Amino acid sequence: MQSPVKYLSRKGWHQTAIIAIIGGIYVFGSWILNFDNLNGLLAIPKAFAWLGVNFRPNANTMEYLPRILQKLIQTVLLAIASTVVAAIISIFVALLGSKVTGINGFVQTIVRGIASFFRNIPLVAWSMILLFSFKQSDFTGFLALLLMSIGYLIRAFMEIIEDEASETMLALKATGASYFQVIFQAVLPQILPSILSWILYMIENNVRDATLVGILTGTGIGFIFDIYYKSFRFDAAGMTVLAIIFVVIALEIISNQIRKVIL
Amino acid sequence: MLEVKSLEKSYEKDKPALTDISFDIKPGTFVAIIGPSGAGKTTILRSLNQLIKDDGGQILLDGHDIRTANKTELRKYRRQIGMVFQNYNLVERLTVIENVLHGRLGYKSTLAGVFGRYTQAEKEEAMSLLKKVGLENFALQRCSELSGGQKQRVGIARSLIQHPKVILCDEPIASLDPASAQNVMELLKDLTEEYNLICIANLHQINMAKKYADQIIGIRKGHLVFDENADMLSEDILKTLYDQDITKELE
Amino acid sequence: MTDSESVLQQPKTPKSPEIKLHEKSLSRTMIIVVFASLVLITGYTLTHLDTAGVQINVAIKELMTTMNQMFLQPNAGTDGLPLLLQALGSSVILSILTTIIGAVFGFLFAVLASKNLTNAYLGASIRVIMAVVRAIPTIIWALIFSIVCGLGTTAAILGLSFHSVAYLTKAYSESIEGIDESTIESLKVTGAKFWVIVFQAIWPTIVASFVSWTFIRLEINFANAIAVGAAAGAGGIGYQLFVASGMSFDFHETGFIVYMVVLVTFVLEFIAVKIRRFYLSR
Repeated sequence: MQSPVKYLSRKGWHQTAIIAIIGGIYVFGSWILNFDNLNGLLAIPKAFAWLGVNFRPNANTMEYLPRILQKLIQTVLLAIASTVVAAIISIFVALLGSKVTGINGFVQTIVRGIASFFRNIPLVAWSMILLFSFKQSDFTGFLALLLMSIGYLIRAFMEIIEDEASETMLALKATGASYFQVIFQAVLPQILPSILSWILYMIENNVRDATLVGILTGTGIGFIFDIYYKSFRFDAAGMTVLAIIFVVIALEIISNQIRKVIL
Repeated sequence: MLEVKSLEKSYEKDKPALTDISFDIKPGTFVAIIGPSGAGKTTILRSLNQLIKDDGGQILLDGHDIRTANKTELRKYRRQIGMVFQNYNLVERLTVIENVLHGRLGYKSTLAGVFGRYTQAEKEEAMSLLKKVGLENFALQRCSELSGGQKQRVGIARSLIQHPKVILCDEPIASLDPASAQNVMELLKDLTEEYNLICIANLHQINMAKKYADQIIGIRKGHLVFDENADMLSEDILKTLYDQDITKELE
Repeated sequence: MTDSESVLQQPKTPKSPEIKLHEKSLSRTMIIVVFASLVLITGYTLTHLDTAGVQINVAIKELMTTMNQMFLQPNAGTDGLPLLLQALGSSVILSILTTIIGAVFGFLFAVLASKNLTNAYLGASIRVIMAVVRAIPTIIWALIFSIVCGLGTTAAILGLSFHSVAYLTKAYSESIEGIDESTIESLKVTGAKFWVIVFQAIWPTIVASFVSWTFIRLEINFANAIAVGAAAGAGGIGYQLFVASGMSFDFHETGFIVYMVVLVTFVLEFIAVKIRRFYLSR
């Protein structure tokens, strides 16, 4: 047993060491990357001043609005479609792969491997190789978001099943119910709200990611922002950003309202 | 009649969790299994409906060995054995009556079960069982809105609708307040007599075991050390069951 | 759920009244409505999808060839291993740096934004600002800063940091708001100063979830560092990935880079699990 005084002094020493290490990493990292902290800090007010002047939509910007809105709606639709298709695939895979409902250890390992693989391949890589085969089209953007979402949703759904359904699963198994009866009568009703909550989160996330995919694959809101940005039509670019902010926050508020009712 | 003969189980090699457990239980008997934590009470209970696969021995329900049953046969045995859990294990989002009807799934075709189609007779029985456990006014409530004692009574109704010969209760009152615990124990006791059931409960509370059980089985470190009528349980036996363990741990 | 409802519509027998299994509840209806509308939207979107006249079977065949080159025949390509490792290193450092910035400022803002700590107006305004900052994708932040700072690391660091701060502020303040009110009260009554309470009561209580969230953000930032490198020309492994896959079409090298990235994410995940376990066990 160590004395309380010793424990406290060791804890203090411990904290100092952690702070020193993190600070050291920070300084070292800045040096390696040639990141000038002071100028970086100064750039922030400059950027906002610049934004205030150049990104402010003016009277002429309104003529861009219909096109921006059209692309925005298209992006939201793509985000929803890719999430829903990913969710349908993921729920089956997650049922096969979770520790509670899974078939066997071998399948579970395979499923975990696949999920982690899809999740960790950079979205950039998916976008680019899909662009190469499927060309510049909405379908390319859809596929890139789909593949990424599958990786996330499989893992999330498996965790939900393992957290929320294992006890009821056991109880229904004990009544002599068959596998499919247990899945449809106990597991699915139990996890549905959490699944829906994750789907809503993934839609929000996909709208944001669609911007990146759009810049790379020439689709949706990302593409149009990129065009305005590169052709120095900053008022229109600013309008696009405002539209994105509006949609993302609106989605967040709607999702939270839905969550409040269902959870 | 439930007969258990030389039941064996080990989770790790050379570390037996159960050694040579044998006991008989007649219908209409309320049995309490007592013993310290980790003695193997849950393992016994869960091997009785094969939620845990044991390593050797016999479990005879009216003369048929459950252990050698194939998948389909096992489902048929399981529906004759109801189970009540410490954490109730209900589908919290579904209504009380839906949870009770889950007990019928073992009797239904896969498809009818998957789509949750129950007959009028089944629904009526569910209602009458809810009346029996005192929840007839709660049938359409969500289980998540119930108190612990009420949830446990839903669990009991779910096991009764299986028309069981045996009900296994895994720490049925461990999560309940004293009043609800009394309530649940009384209910189990009454049902055992009324339906001529074999009711087996793992219990931590020795006073509850003494008060309600007809027969008491004492387990210590995977061995059966006591199997008698409840009134035979003496201070000496309790000491063998619990105290020596505690003195050992203190060393 | 829907199926048990159709049971209700069966013809009623006159003698025994139909027994309902559940009443109409808002949450049940909401789940059905939301699912149905999502599926309808998906159906509409998929049937109206612009495929740019690409034949799916040809494209899939091509994709398989590409994937084969990527995953089965990876090599370091013309850039060579040293250059790629260097680029990978700078992306990792970029993500660590921005996570540190995000964690420090995120914690400060979280303390100021949490409902159980500060006055309502300050908290609400911070939350609104952070929601707006969060709504703008990282890549757009990076592009905005690159106008002022020029394309490159500084813009990338600022862009990633902005989103990190906003994200972590929300995550941390949710952890802080989950703290039992009595913990804070008990220190308030001793007359402790605000920041003393923060570091003596709040910090120790949330340190495990703080560490969890920070590492989740580190993984996100690594992904973002790659994205920003590719789409905003901010350098690092993301830029190499973009060049290999979109300009020189060297899919062997693309595959090699993908493997490097996946390896790093595995290592990050592994470290995160270890450190999380360490903090949870204390």
